Amino acid sequence: MDVVFLSRLQFAAATMFHFLFVPLTLGLSVLVAVMETRYAQTEDPVYLEMTRFWGKLFLINFALGIVTGITLEFQFGTNWSLYSAYVGDVFGSLLAIEATAAFFLESTLIGVWIFGWKKLSKKAHAAVMWLVAGAGNLSAIWILTANGWMQNPVGYTIRNGRAELTDFAAVVFNKFGILEICHTVPAGIVLGAFFVMGISAYHLLKKQHVKFALKSFNIGLAFGLVASLVLLIEGDLHARHVTQVQPAKLAAMESHWETTANAPIHLFAVPDEENEKNAVQIGSIPGILSFLGHHDFNATIQGLKDFPKEERPPVLLTFLSFRLMVALGVYFVFATILGVILKKKLMESPRYLKLMLYSIPLPYIAIEAGWVVAEVGRQPWIVYGLMKTSEAASPIAVSQVGISLLAFVLVYGLLGILGFYLIITNAKKGPEALPETA
Amino acid sequence: MILETIWFFLWGLLWAVYFMTDGFDLGIGTLYPFLGKTEADKRVMLAAMGPLWDGNEVWLLTAGGVTFAAFPQVYAVMFSSMYSALMLILFALIIRGVSFEFRGKVDAPSWRRLWDTCLFIGSVAPAILFGVAFANIFRGIPIDQNGLYKGTLFTLLNPYGLLGGVLFLFLFLTHGALWLSAKTQGDLHVRAVSLAGKLWIALFVAAVAFLASSFFATRLYDNYLAHPILFVILLAAVLGLLGIRIFLGRGSFFKAWFASALTIVSATFYGVFGLYPNMFPSNIDAAYSLTAHNSASSPLTLKIMLVVVILFVPIVLAYQGWTYNLFKGKVTEQDLIY
Repeated sequence: MDVVFLSRLQFAAATMFHFLFVPLTLGLSVLVAVMETRYAQTEDPVYLEMTRFWGKLFLINFALGIVTGITLEFQFGTNWSLYSAYVGDVFGSLLAIEATAAFFLESTLIGVWIFGWKKLSKKAHAAVMWLVAGAGNLSAIWILTANGWMQNPVGYTIRNGRAELTDFAAVVFNKFGILEICHTVPAGIVLGAFFVMGISAYHLLKKQHVKFALKSFNIGLAFGLVASLVLLIEGDLHARHVTQVQPAKLAAMESHWETTANAPIHLFAVPDEENEKNAVQIGSIPGILSFLGHHDFNATIQGLKDFPKEERPPVLLTFLSFRLMVALGVYFVFATILGVILKKKLMESPRYLKLMLYSIPLPYIAIEAGWVVAEVGRQPWIVYGLMKTSEAASPIAVSQVGISLLAFVLVYGLLGILGFYLIITNAKKGPEALPETA
Repeated sequence: MILETIWFFLWGLLWAVYFMTDGFDLGIGTLYPFLGKTEADKRVMLAAMGPLWDGNEVWLLTAGGVTFAAFPQVYAVMFSSMYSALMLILFALIIRGVSFEFRGKVDAPSWRRLWDTCLFIGSVAPAILFGVAFANIFRGIPIDQNGLYKGTLFTLLNPYGLLGGVLFLFLFLTHGALWLSAKTQGDLHVRAVSLAGKLWIALFVAAVAFLASSFFATRLYDNYLAHPILFVILLAAVLGLLGIRIFLGRGSFFKAWFASALTIVSATFYGVFGLYPNMFPSNIDAAYSLTAHNSASSPLTLKIMLVVVILFVPIVLAYQGWTYNLFKGKVTEQDLIY
C-alpha cells in the first residue's frame, strides 16, 4: 500500500460517488425546468404537482452532489500536490472559473428556488430553475474542459520546470473536452429521463397518480429518446478522436493487441495481459474496428503491443467498462423507441412499464462505466503523455491517506445509503396534495 | 510583479468575503443547539440561513480555486501540509450541507436529532479549524526547502493557533447571533439579542488577546511598522467592534451585523497585509517560505484570471445582493421550508 495507490483509490471513490448524483442533477434540473415552464404557461395544477414532486427528489440528490463536489476541488491539493504544482498554471484556472462563472449562480439560485415560491411570480420562479439548470450544466462544461486537458493536453509549454499556459483558447476549445461535454451532458439527460420514466412507471403499474405519471413519463420519453440518439452519434465521433489522440486507450477499449489493417472487433473476448493476447476471442468481425476508428475498413489500428508495457492502461477493466457502456447505450435507444411505439397504450403495457422501472439503475451503471473508460483508460498517465500518475501524488504519510480513505468510505457509504433511502421512499410516496395557495 | 501583488490581495479579499458571508451561517449552526430550544425555534434558525448558506459556501470554493489558479505552489503545499485539518473541515462541511436537506425528510425525533448534531459539528469544526489554520499561517509553518511539511496535525494546535481558533469561533458566533437578532421575533429574538451582547464581550477579549500575542508569536507587525498607514486596518477592526456594540444597544440589528462584517473583513485583512508577500511562510527558514512572487502562475494565467474575476465577481455580488434583499426581513411562517 503506497500513497499513490491509496490516493488513487480515494480519488476514484470520491469521484465515482460524486458522479452518482451529479448527472441526475444535470438532467433532472432541465426536466423540472420544463415542467415548471409548462405550469407557468398553462396553470394546469398537474404541472405544479410534477414540479414539486420531481423538484423534491432533485433537491435530495442535489445536496449530495454539492457536498461531495467540494472535496474534489481540494483533493488536487491535498493528495495530488505534485500534479497541482506542475500543471496548476493551466488546470487551476479552469476550476477557478467553474466556481466563479457557474457554480456560484447554481448554488445561490437553488436557495431562491427552494425558498422563493411566494416571493416570485410563477414565471420568475420557473426562470430561476432554468438558470439553476443552465449554471449546473455550465459547471459541468468547465470541469470537463479541465478533464479534457488531462486527456489531451494542449495550449501549454514546459517552462520554469512546470507546464505553463500559452494558448487559453486552445485549452477552452480543446476538441477532446468538447466531445466529453457533448457526451456527458446528454448522458445526464438520459439518466434524468430514465429516472423520471422509471418512477412514473412505478405509479402507472400501481394505477395511481395516473395523469401526473403519464405526463411525467412523456416528458422523460421525449428527452430520453433525443439524448440517447445524440449519444450514439457523439459516441462515434468520440471514438474516432480517441483513436487519433489516445491510441493506447482505444486498443485497450477493444483489447486489440497487434497493429493491423482491417482490424476486427470481437463480440466476445477475454484479455490476457500477462501473455499480451486474448485468452478467448469469439465472433471477430474484420474491418469493423478500422471502420469505427477511421471510417475506413482498411485503416491501420495500433495494437497494445506497440506501446511499452508500462505505458498501457489496465486492459480488462477498460475493455469491460467500454463494452458495458456501449451495450447499455444501445439499449437506451431501443427502450425509448419502444416507448414511442407504446406511447398511446402505456397503461396496457405492464411489461414495458416493469422494464422501465427496473431500468432505473442502468444509466447510472453506464455513466460510471464511461467514467472508468475515460480515467482508467488514460493510465498510467495523469496528464496524457505529459505526467504519470505515479509522479503526481503528494509526498505525505501513508497513514494520513489511509485514515482519510477510510473516512471517505464510511461517510460516503452512510450518506449514499441514507440519500438513496430518501429518494426511494419519496419517489414511492408519489406527489403530495398541493397547498391551497400555490 | 505587480500582477502577483494584485493577486495576493485578491486572494486575501476572497477569503475575507468567504468568512464574512459563510461566517454567520457557521455561527448560527454552532448556536443552534443552544438557542434552538423548541422545534419551532430550530426551524426558524434553519430558515434564517436556509436560502443563503449554499451560495455563501461557494466563496470557499472560489478562494480555493483562485489559490490553485494564481498560486499553484501555495495550493499544493498548503493543502497537502494541512492535510488532516483540511479533511476535517471538508467532512464537517459535507455532513453540514446534507443536514439542511435531510433533516425534515423523515418525521422521527431520532432522525432530526442526528441531523441537528451533524449541523452543529459541521458548523463549529470549520469555524475553529479555519482560525487555527490561518493563525498558524501567520505564525509560520514547518516546511522545508521542498515544501515538505515537517509537523503533524498536533503541531498546528499550539497556543497561538488555538487562540486563532477561539477568535474565529467568537467572530462567527457573534456574526450569527446578530443575524438571528435581525431575522427573528419573540422569545428567540430576545435570547439571540442577549446572547449577542455576551458574545461581543468574549469576542472583544479574544481580539485583544490575539492582536497582542501576534506581536510575540508572529512577524505580522513588521509590515505595519514599515508602513504605519496600514494601522487603518486595525482601526477599521476596532470601529467594527465598537459599531457592533453601539448598534446592538440601539436595536439596529442589521447595522450591527454589517459592523460585524466589517470586523471580520478587517480581521482577515489584518493578517493578509501583515503576511505580504508571504502566503505560506516557513518557520524553519524564511528562505523556504512560499510568497506571492515565488509561487505565482505565469503572467498570462494571472491576466486571464484577472479578467475573469473582474468580470464575474461583481456579477456574483449583484445577484447575491439581490438574493439577500429578496430574503430580508423577519422569518415568517411561510419561510419555514426546512
